[in-house]
Amino acid sequence: MSSLPITPVSELQLKNHASLRQSVRNSFTMAYRGLLKIRRTPEQLFDVTFQPIIFTLMFTYIFGGAISGNVHSYLPLIIPGILVQTVITTSIVTGVQLREDMDKGVFDRFKSLPIARIAPLAGALLADTVRYTVATVLTFVMGYIMGYRPHGGFGDVVIAGVLVIACSWAVSWIFAFFGVIARTASSVQGIAMLILFPLTFVSNAYVPVKTMPDWLQWVAKFNPISHLISAVRDLTNAGTIGGDFGISLIGAAIIVAIFAPLTVRAYMRRT
Amino acid sequence: MNSVHTREPAAGGRDWAVEARGLVKTFGDNRAVDGVDLNVRAGTIYGVLGPNGAGKTTTIRMLATLLRPDAGSARIFGHDVVKESHIVRQLIGVTGQYASVDETLSAWENLIIFSRLLGLGRQEARRKASELLEEFGLAEAAKRPLKNFSGGMRRRLDLAASLIAQPPLIFLDEPTTGLDPRTRAQMWDTIRRLVQTGSTVLLTTQYLDEADQLADRIAVIDHGRVIAEGTVDELKASVGSSSLQLRIQNPGDIEVARQAVERVLKVQSIVSPEAGKITAPMANADLVADLLITLREAGIRLTEMSVQKPTLDEVFLTITGHGVEEDASDEAKQEEAM
Repeated sequence: MSSLPITPVSELQLKNHASLRQSVRNSFTMAYRGLLKIRRTPEQLFDVTFQPIIFTLMFTYIFGGAISGNVHSYLPLIIPGILVQTVITTSIVTGVQLREDMDKGVFDRFKSLPIARIAPLAGALLADTVRYTVATVLTFVMGYIMGYRPHGGFGDVVIAGVLVIACSWAVSWIFAFFGVIARTASSVQGIAMLILFPLTFVSNAYVPVKTMPDWLQWVAKFNPISHLISAVRDLTNAGTIGGDFGISLIGAAIIVAIFAPLTVRAYMRRT
Repeated sequence: MNSVHTREPAAGGRDWAVEARGLVKTFGDNRAVDGVDLNVRAGTIYGVLGPNGAGKTTTIRMLATLLRPDAGSARIFGHDVVKESHIVRQLIGVTGQYASVDETLSAWENLIIFSRLLGLGRQEARRKASELLEEFGLAEAAKRPLKNFSGGMRRRLDLAASLIAQPPLIFLDEPTTGLDPRTRAQMWDTIRRLVQTGSTVLLTTQYLDEADQLADRIAVIDHGRVIAEGTVDELKASVGSSSLQLRIQNPGDIEVARQAVERVLKVQSIVSPEAGKITAPMANADLVADLLITLREAGIRLTEMSVQKPTLDEVFLTITGHGVEEDASDEAKQEEAM
């Protein structure tokens, strides 16, 4: 035991709420924990490493000839599509891992510490941006190797990457919410796939929307994923920031505004 | 037993580390905690004794702000666990039954993260972590992943993590369950030293022995209720210091034997007919000689006679009239609900 006697309770300065500064600090400490975990178990990065490589190769060679005549002219269409699909899909893992993590004893300790309630959640989500970054970089690298030369230039590609990472971070709040309320990690995975699979495929990710039946065109055009993909294409292929860029950011902000408070509330109710 | 219910009147203020009134927690149909009152004086070790599924863990979780009580109230150093939970968390350390440390990280990383979360600076956190690892004999294993840690090491790390902020109140949920005798003795030493620095300790245990060794006062809890409360001596006095067990050769004699036991020892006894066994508290060892003579004169033959120190089982028998029911399914249900 420390030889120091403990401070009597009457002499302690106690506050009943965590300040904003403390919340931010706690969240960064929790993000640091997330990074340590990734470093300890690098196999966590398997999916974000191999999915971009495999998906980019596979879809480009499967659809390239049919849709754009040849693989090379398909690349400006498919790379942004694959990028958004891969990175958004990666955000499911955030929810699943959060669920698994919450079942562990260490979360009891987090709950019993005088820290901001949002910190364990925000920290986990923040650390996962590393995963999105890995997936983003690898998709562009794969595209480059296959002959993709974005007209937008390097700076716009970086902006496009950051946009996708930011939107995925926003979407990960949805899965974090399911992660908190679901009973098991596998059910989170199930729900998430059910939402994301149609959302990413019924979009302009792989095919021109014109080729779809009318009702499906309507869905695809309304689909927020399509707007994000269009925003990325504008940036990488033309170097322009269009209306889709704004719509994507507003959409992301709305998701966070709805799901972050919901998630924190659900998390606190569990305690 | 009313004789051990010598509860002191609860005075508000800083003298009490824990004041709980009528705590209730229900999981589905199961009233895990059914109106628990507890008063723990600051600077003491308080033991909550009970079998599996009695509601010990649930009670601690409510006091530690990890579960919201369905009814009743609890104050930690005068602060309400529901309304002032953030303050309460600044006053407590919790060491759970299942080590609440991060399995994927090393002991060092665990302590650094908890220290940083508690507001220590980078340097301070490092100093604190190495200090605690040294104290708990984990310095050598500091950088190894926890997967390779033994149960005892994990428990020590868990306790170390609870002590970072030097909280005035520490909850220990079954701190020695599953530990080997040597590690257990070490844990006891650690707990005693904690109190010397001025901390208050509330621990739960299934072992009367452990409560006896450590606690100043004990609450016995069963089916979510406190069924007895007092000092260890008061509690033991109510059970009898030891119990006498007799196995009767001829099952037909058991009723006569029981009457003899109760007449001579002047106590209530418990008969288990299927085992042909009589158990009786043995407050006065001197009377046993008289009992044996009585039995011999009555022609009742014994196959076995033994004297046992009181176990939790006997405490329960005496206080509730029924034994410890190992109800594993209830416990499992409760775990799931949490």
